[in-house]
Amino acid sequence: MRKKILFIEDESALQKTFGDFLEKEGFELISALDGETGLKLAEKEIPDLILLDLILPKMEGVEVLKKLRENPKTKDIPVIVLTNVDDFEKLEKSLELGVKAYLVKTDFTLEEVLQKIKEELKE
Amino acid sequence: MLFEECKKYHLPLYRCPSFIFFVLGLINIFSILTSYSIANKIVEDPRIVALICAFLACFLLILSYFATKTFEALAESNRIKSEFVAIASHQLKTPISNLKFALEILMSGKKGKIEPEQIEYFQILKENTNRLKELAKDLLLVSKIEVGDFKLKKEEVDIRELTENVVKNFTPFAKAHNVEIKCYFEENLPKIFGDKEQIKDVIETLLDNAIKYSKKEKSLVEIKICKKQKEIYFEIKDQGIGIPKKDQKYIFEKFFRGSNVPKNEIPGTGLGLFIAKSIIERSGGKINLKSEENKGTTVSFTLPIFQKA
Repeated sequence: MRKKILFIEDESALQKTFGDFLEKEGFELISALDGETGLKLAEKEIPDLILLDLILPKMEGVEVLKKLRENPKTKDIPVIVLTNVDDFEKLEKSLELGVKAYLVKTDFTLEEVLQKIKEELKE
Repeated sequence: MLFEECKKYHLPLYRCPSFIFFVLGLINIFSILTSYSIANKIVEDPRIVALICAFLACFLLILSYFATKTFEALAESNRIKSEFVAIASHQLKTPISNLKFALEILMSGKKGKIEPEQIEYFQILKENTNRLKELAKDLLLVSKIEVGDFKLKKEEVDIRELTENVVKNFTPFAKAHNVEIKCYFEENLPKIFGDKEQIKDVIETLLDNAIKYSKKEKSLVEIKICKKQKEIYFEIKDQGIGIPKKDQKYIFEKFFRGSNVPKNEIPGTGLGLFIAKSIIERSGGKINLKSEENKGTTVSFTLPIFQKA
């Protein structure tokens, strides 16, 4: 069974690079370009992991995270935050909400992100 | 409130325009009253004195009003500038990370084999994307420091391990510059207390400076870490071009670069030491620099030792 990853990210360039990369690595990728769609897809598809950006149209990433945690169907899905917001408070807030990793886009390579995803899915 | 804008500009009270205006007004009234009461005893007709005093008071008040307005405009434009830099550098991060990821895919060869003669050009793209990334990061940090929105984590850090990792990463860069790095660590160094990522940034900045400002011929960079009383002492010494005496007092200011630096040959923004100083001081330490032109530079800093509460 291919593992399902939901990628909530409004940059279509990143949807393309990550989509290509992760599909080649054998994952099934579902993409959402805004927070609301992301939340709906999470409930409908129940992915194995969610990659979440923080600055999103329609609904902010932290808000999405809160709503995911409130819903019993989605509350146990592991979430990795992938963002360019290198902000201490956002980081603390996300960790409080139980994210597995907080990755700043400029500081990580695709390979490193892939490692984090694999680590999470193994458990 | 009257002094709310002081907070907005992140200025201490004594440098805040509206506070200065308030104090000037008080002094004004006080000195007018004093001169009136003194003059009253000497001059026959106090009405003339009153008139002159009232006129002077108005004049001084108008003058100080304009002076403070000018200060306020300056403070405001400085605030807007910092905010603009923060927004712009943050906005830059999105296209830079898009570039970086796309480049990584291309260079991995998964989208078609790369011809040997293309590798060098890919390398140029990669290096310059990296430079853009560092620049955006530095600018964002500087604007955060300026608006006082700069927070440091407080964690236990093994400075020896941290330094060894940085040195390892810099070894190819040092070799390319014909520089040898030597480390002297005191045994059983205690852990320090600070923000690991930020302290790593400081060490990287200092090592990068030491290497890139080394002279063209074979050169040595020495790093020493030891315990001094209740602090950890870190020192990095190079045999580089040094900093002229007249420049040394400005060296920790932002965008300042020594006048003897061939600026087109050695890339740099003049932000590194400014950021390093802010990080070290906010972590409860001190940073120091000694330099002699053409002989070399020694930069040292101290950081508090980690203590279990």
